[in-house]
Amino acid sequence: MTLQAGKAVEDAVVTPRPRPRRRFRLGVGAWGLGVYAVIAFTFLLIPIVYTIVFSFNDVRRTNIVWRGFTLDNWLKVCDQPEVCTAFGNSILVGVTATLLATAMGTAMAIALVRYRFRFRAATTLLLFLPMATPEVVLGAGLAAQFLSAGIPKGIGTIIIAHTMFCISFVVVTVRARVASLDPALEEAGRDLYASPGQVFWRITFPLLLPGIIAAALLSFALSFDDFIITNFNSGAAVTFPKYVYTAAARGIPAQANVIASAVFFLAIILVIATQIGGAVRRKRLERSSVPDDTASVGASGEIESAASRLRALWESSSLGAGGAGDRR
Amino acid sequence: MAGGFAESGADLELVGISKRFPGFTAIEELDLTIPAGSFFALLGPSGCGKTTTLRLIAGLEEPTTGRIYLGGKDVTDTKTYRRPVNTVFQSYALFPHMSVIDNVAFGLRRRGIREARALAHEALKLVELDHVAARRPAQLSGGQQQRVALARAVVNRPALLLLDEPLGALDLKLRRQMQIELKVIQGDVGLTFLHVTHDQEEAMTMADTVAVMNKGRIEQMGAPEELYELPKTVFVANFLGQSNLFTGPVVSSGKDSIVVDIGGRKLEVPRERAQRHAGEVTIGVRPEKLQLHGAEPKAAAGTNVLGPGRVTDVSFSGVSTQYQIAIPGLGTVSLFAQNRDVGAVLREGAEVWVSWDVAHGFGVADDPADGPRFDPDDDTRSIAVQRREKLEAELEGA
Amino acid sequence: MAFGAFGGSPATTPASDAAPRRGGLIALFLLLPGAAYLSLFFLVPLVSLILTSFQAVDPNAFEIGKFVYAFQWQNYVDVVTTYWPHILRSFGYAALATVLALLFSYPLAYVIGVKLRRFPLLQALALTLVIAPFFISFLLRTLAWKQIFSDEGVVVTALQALSLLGPADHLTGTPFSVIFGLTYNFIPFMTLPIYTSLERLDLRYVEAGGDLYASPASTFLRVTLPLSLPGVVSGTLLTFIPASGDYINASRDFLGSTDTAMIGNVIEANFLQLQNYPAAAALSIVLMAVILVLVGAYVRRSGTEDLL
Repeated sequence: MTLQAGKAVEDAVVTPRPRPRRRFRLGVGAWGLGVYAVIAFTFLLIPIVYTIVFSFNDVRRTNIVWRGFTLDNWLKVCDQPEVCTAFGNSILVGVTATLLATAMGTAMAIALVRYRFRFRAATTLLLFLPMATPEVVLGAGLAAQFLSAGIPKGIGTIIIAHTMFCISFVVVTVRARVASLDPALEEAGRDLYASPGQVFWRITFPLLLPGIIAAALLSFALSFDDFIITNFNSGAAVTFPKYVYTAAARGIPAQANVIASAVFFLAIILVIATQIGGAVRRKRLERSSVPDDTASVGASGEIESAASRLRALWESSSLGAGGAGDRR
Repeated sequence: MAGGFAESGADLELVGISKRFPGFTAIEELDLTIPAGSFFALLGPSGCGKTTTLRLIAGLEEPTTGRIYLGGKDVTDTKTYRRPVNTVFQSYALFPHMSVIDNVAFGLRRRGIREARALAHEALKLVELDHVAARRPAQLSGGQQQRVALARAVVNRPALLLLDEPLGALDLKLRRQMQIELKVIQGDVGLTFLHVTHDQEEAMTMADTVAVMNKGRIEQMGAPEELYELPKTVFVANFLGQSNLFTGPVVSSGKDSIVVDIGGRKLEVPRERAQRHAGEVTIGVRPEKLQLHGAEPKAAAGTNVLGPGRVTDVSFSGVSTQYQIAIPGLGTVSLFAQNRDVGAVLREGAEVWVSWDVAHGFGVADDPADGPRFDPDDDTRSIAVQRREKLEAELEGA
Repeated sequence: MAFGAFGGSPATTPASDAAPRRGGLIALFLLLPGAAYLSLFFLVPLVSLILTSFQAVDPNAFEIGKFVYAFQWQNYVDVVTTYWPHILRSFGYAALATVLALLFSYPLAYVIGVKLRRFPLLQALALTLVIAPFFISFLLRTLAWKQIFSDEGVVVTALQALSLLGPADHLTGTPFSVIFGLTYNFIPFMTLPIYTSLERLDLRYVEAGGDLYASPASTFLRVTLPLSLPGVVSGTLLTFIPASGDYINASRDFLGSTDTAMIGNVIEANFLQLQNYPAAAALSIVLMAVILVLVGAYVRRSGTEDLL
């Protein structure tokens, strides 16, 4: 039981291997991880690059074999009218569903953080469940409902369905922002003679705006790429993913690749722009020597639609924590 | 129970240690020996390199140059987990997913020691926390977490125990209490303690030996009283307590003392208490050594007198009163007077003289005109600059 | 309910410090639209799905797709006896894809969350790359894999040249390609929560592990991994749940064939093509029930194990 300190030294320094060139001894593990990361990223990018490259394919009948480079597909996107119609429908559905979901979700998020009420746990559950339900069940459920209510399927039912699954994500995203909002700011507003309405529009809303924008972008992205729920509730209406699905059997026209690639570039530019914006702001803050740079990193990440799309998913913990209480 | 513990720790020796990070040097040429069984404090402002020194000893950083010996063995290339050194982290770093007892037994189990649990309980008893063994760290108060962190380190009977500002997060009262407890525990277990802190009072109360560190170098090292009574540099004189410092040329140099001309006044300093004996020198005296006089005191051998001056500020702090006295041609002198009488004796504007026993004066090796050695490089701007430089250097390297 | 499992954070984020006010009317006003909407278009449809699952064929109708409300338990017995291979296949494929995605994602998330922590720009770039697949249509990227794996494609040709694949063998339409597709498509869902956990991991715990005589491997197993477990749990749920209900990857026009059909394919076929609504509804309920049971057990287990 006795463990002499001297013995400990002995044990620990059994083989003091002298290593004069320590600094060049980069761990094999670190190298291995780095190489792995590069391979992993390459793997993730393969189908993206494939899709983009084939948007430039000089297509004859099917866009499967590479037949040479052309810009025709990009210049004549709407030569395949169905592609453009489908794309237009997707935009229409996305924008409408986003507006509806963002409005309702933001209100709910504020209520959940700022007020205590009786059905809080139940409300949280109601928001959580759609996110934990497989899409096929959400789609089939709504479709069954429309069927029994005799509502004809079309653009309207797609919008209803998309709004439904977007609300939860909006609440989760905005809620985090509301929770990080210092209530003293609103109290200061009241202290400085602002009416409740003025407090909301002049203080609360501007401060929540980054969160609301993030939520809206997230909603739009979710709606734009949704196929499974749409497929159950679209009837004859065609959205972009649905067009791709039905066309898959007979071959996808290169114009679909063009649209997907364009959307991809747009999203990437948006992400990079917010990141550069964040970096610039960070630099400016640094120059004026504002202490905590982590704060600005967090703020710049807010509008990053891409990250928030998933952030919302895993930050649903905060949603759960509110209703279920602290697990500790 | 102390019978099961090692009787003493091991000597620690740092030889020619330097540590450079991209953009700045944290430590330059550090030589340091800490004898076994001592309670050693490394004292300095933040950013002075003391935490880096600690991390080098723990093996969490690698020195750019130099060797580290522990009990005579070179441990410079020994991995952290093989070093018989344990750290009480500033943040405690108690594993949040383990119970208190599992935290304490962690190190013992990794080394395959049997009865890890029993030993861990013993260590918890030492810090009087055995009753919370089953709880999670998050369920403990700050002081309790601090003690668990101590137990988790001590239980391993390391040759050297490193304490990284372990009391920093505690409030004043708890801090005082922990200072005493730590010292008692060190006495009980007899290990070598190396305590890093920026709190001079903490260092002086607890340590047998204090090393004052500034800008990557040790300015002065010794027993707390010695450092306080006879600071050898301007930095030590100002960082450890307060000092009144005056700079002037040496006008005469006797066998026992030197005389310095300060703005036309002759001040005497004992020769053995002065680091330099010719040319421009800086001498000083602690504010509490000064005596306050309402009328000009008779010049007497063995006493330095300054005045007349005017009281510019009086601040009452219970035990004592601090006076700021402006002396024409000299600047402001600070003075602590014990409150033996009721209330402040003198008011602002009063004309006063100050005097002190020649034996209380000291002369430092450098002078304030060398530029402030304690250039605070821990403000937000320098940190931002350091971080950016570090990042840029890394990006260039990558 | 342990919703916390869906979060990737090591500690549950504390709710706002603001003492929530008791708000009668305002709260109601704010909540009502959203709550009503979700009740109407999520809860009611769930109930209507349950009701549909018990429906019986309308004895008076001659066309297909006409049903009346009944209490026909037999629907469940029928779908389970008919489709049990699909049900098993769904959960098997989903589980396998989840494990593969986990193995793929953990080291990647570790690199981004820990190794790149000191390089914010590289970290941001890496995160962008991880979510990049989401910016391109889910269906198109799945189709891209189909064409890469097609019989004339590079992969098949290479494998045949190496005699790893017989001349008559395919990659598409096999369980391999379906599981591959599921894995690929859900990798970001797995990587991001693990990344969040690892990014927030206080490296001082790792240092403390080293200080307390744990080797790097031991520190990983006893400190890093347990502390990132919330992210792992959340990532596996975010992968497993949608993967088990997915029907794109397994669809004949994408990476699957009739032999690889999953429960989602069967629900789609019954609902949209065969107009056998009760069967589709019953299968949906079965799917949801199995998921709830599995997820509940999984979350409970990973929660009460006290992370080692």
